[in-house]
Amino acid sequence: MAEEWPLYRVIGDGANHPDRVEAEVAKRIYAQMVLLRTFDEKTITLQRQGRVGTFPPSIGQEAAEIGSAAALSKDDWMAPSYRDHGALFMHGVPFHHVVLFAMGKGSSIDGEAFVLPSSIPISSHLPHAVGLAMACRRLGEERVAIAYFGDGGTSEGDFHEALNFAGVFKAPVIFFCQNNGWAISVPVSRQTATPTLVQKSQAYGVHGVRVDGNDALACYQVVAEARERALGDGGPTMIEALTYRIGPHTTADDPTRYRPPESLAPWTGDNDPLVRLAQYLVQRGVMTVEEPPAIWAEARQRVNRAVEEALNSPPVRKEAMFDSVYAEVPDALAAQMEDLAEEEAPDARN
Amino acid sequence: MPAINMATALNQALGQMMNTEPRLVILGEDVGQNGGVFRVTAGLWETYGAERVMDTPLAESAIVGSAIGMAIGGLRPVAEIQFMGFLYPALNQIFSHLGRLGQRSRGKFRVPLVVRIPYGGGIRAPEQHADSAEAPLVHTAGIKVVVPSTPYDAKGLLVAAIEDPDPVIFLEPIRLYRLGRAEVPADLYRVRIGPARLARTGSDVSLISWGAMTHLALQTAEAMAGDGVSVEVVDLRSLKPMDEAMIAESVRKTGRAVVVHEAPRTAGLGGEVVSVIQEHAFWWLKAPIRRVAAYDVPYPPYAWEDVYLPTPSRVMRAIRQVLQD
Ligand SMILES: Cc1ncc(C[n+]2csc(CCOP(=O)(O)OP(=O)(O)O)c2C)c(N)n1
Ligand SMILES: [Mg+2]
Repeated sequence: MAEEWPLYRVIGDGANHPDRVEAEVAKRIYAQMVLLRTFDEKTITLQRQGRVGTFPPSIGQEAAEIGSAAALSKDDWMAPSYRDHGALFMHGVPFHHVVLFAMGKGSSIDGEAFVLPSSIPISSHLPHAVGLAMACRRLGEERVAIAYFGDGGTSEGDFHEALNFAGVFKAPVIFFCQNNGWAISVPVSRQTATPTLVQKSQAYGVHGVRVDGNDALACYQVVAEARERALGDGGPTMIEALTYRIGPHTTADDPTRYRPPESLAPWTGDNDPLVRLAQYLVQRGVMTVEEPPAIWAEARQRVNRAVEEALNSPPVRKEAMFDSVYAEVPDALAAQMEDLAEEEAPDARN
Repeated sequence: MPAINMATALNQALGQMMNTEPRLVILGEDVGQNGGVFRVTAGLWETYGAERVMDTPLAESAIVGSAIGMAIGGLRPVAEIQFMGFLYPALNQIFSHLGRLGQRSRGKFRVPLVVRIPYGGGIRAPEQHADSAEAPLVHTAGIKVVVPSTPYDAKGLLVAAIEDPDPVIFLEPIRLYRLGRAEVPADLYRVRIGPARLARTGSDVSLISWGAMTHLALQTAEAMAGDGVSVEVVDLRSLKPMDEAMIAESVRKTGRAVVVHEAPRTAGLGGEVVSVIQEHAFWWLKAPIRRVAAYDVPYPPYAWEDVYLPTPSRVMRAIRQVLQD
């Protein structure tokens, strides 16, 4: 069955699709991947220093995160999950917001970008993406919706209900599943008895594609194609991006309890998605060997600046937790705000 | 007796029950090789194998739903939901089936199922990892709901829950898993489901609470003792059935009551406790009963957690108020 779902690949051995990504776009993807890796490493350090809370890094998944999001138009709707800050950056969320979020101080999203708050309950946001897509079509807008989720997400009822809905309503939606091998300690072989995840799309009349999730250009192209399909009234697409979670599930997780360090070997070194893309871009003549060090240096600067900005942000106002619950604060809730104001407790933690 | 924390006490209860009850199986997300994200099932997979300690697919409705089937079919399942915020896909099973099967089968079937759920806030967890949704569970007929606040009660209540012929939702206050140790008998013992615990005796006011709020109540009681206020603390520990007799007895003695819970105020279980007092101790009351609860807003990101949850100062203000009223 896995043979029926060949891996869509653009870069390296076994490439089976031509590269259709413009040079500038490819370079931008690379720079954003470097930024994401730098951001993750920095945030892990901050967590260890106790300056931010639990953090889910996406190290190893940069190609899937960035390649996919780079193919969207900025008007497209994105429904991310907790590990998708990379896709959020790419879609226009400034990354000091993501630091603030990790500090427990704010929302994961910014007012300008068309993104929903990162979904924490697994797959619960997939039906939202379907509804957003249905709204876009009904309103005659040239936009699609994309939902990000993991291999574990395919086990939840909401995944199946959302795909079924999307199929029935032919919604212009993309289901982007990053199969990173693990759902915390549970391997994908324990999520499903089928050899692939993407084959589940068949049961719902949804187009399915399996892509090399460590090949950023392939990820870009499959999303671009899914977008065209959706806008051309060809219906929804489910993409399974095969990748690997190199780091812990979150900074609170210890992967040595359930997987040997050797399991990382096929996904690191020359197979690291950043290394693969850099080598390819140099080969293709899009980038010189001198460029990556400068790109890394710039990434470090940008990340440090964003982190400074977030860390130096003022403490939250304690009343702010009431602000946006309702469009208008009901009287009973206003009374509770007064009770809070009487509290001599210092402002909320920063 | 060795002093252990609540997580270890729960782990002991599970291990000893696995050993004595061959029908016992454990299922949930990451409960096997990983030993649970809070390590409550640590070591069990190694000892009892993957057939009895089952890592499941990520599907809460199927975890609870299949456990209902297992229980009817003759096993004694203990299902783990990873955090209370992730229980909700299984609410369909709980509301639609769990408490109804006894009555709907006219007693032909019992559902001896335990659903363990880490719950509550206070540990700077990411969003949606700190909910306290005990009220809708308590509201559901046909199930029992317990919540220990000490390592001793944790072990004894879990053993009792596993042996109970009916479904028990077992809430584990996340903040208390590793907060302090207490002496716990090494052998198996039971804490009966139903009776509350008189956590501290006092004469001026009754504080009624459960879970992590019991620690806040005790802390406040201690602080107020310095001001000459004698606070009694009742730890409900069994939310359903609820020990109405102990609540009534305490309030008849003190004449004043404050209920503290970390779930939002409106339609929280505090309202039920107030009704119990009103029904059984009305003529003894010297002041209106007060509630201290989380505010009626969704659990905020953790920078707000300390002011969202009841604080010692809010509990003190409520106590002063009932003393003045
Ligand atoms: C409904 C629900 N159940 C359980 C959890 C706890 N949890 C958080 S992440 C996770 C594993 C998710 O794995 P996967 O879907 O593969 O995504 P990944 O973390 O690998 O990106 C679990 C069980 C949750 N967030 N939501
Ligand atoms: Mg995964």
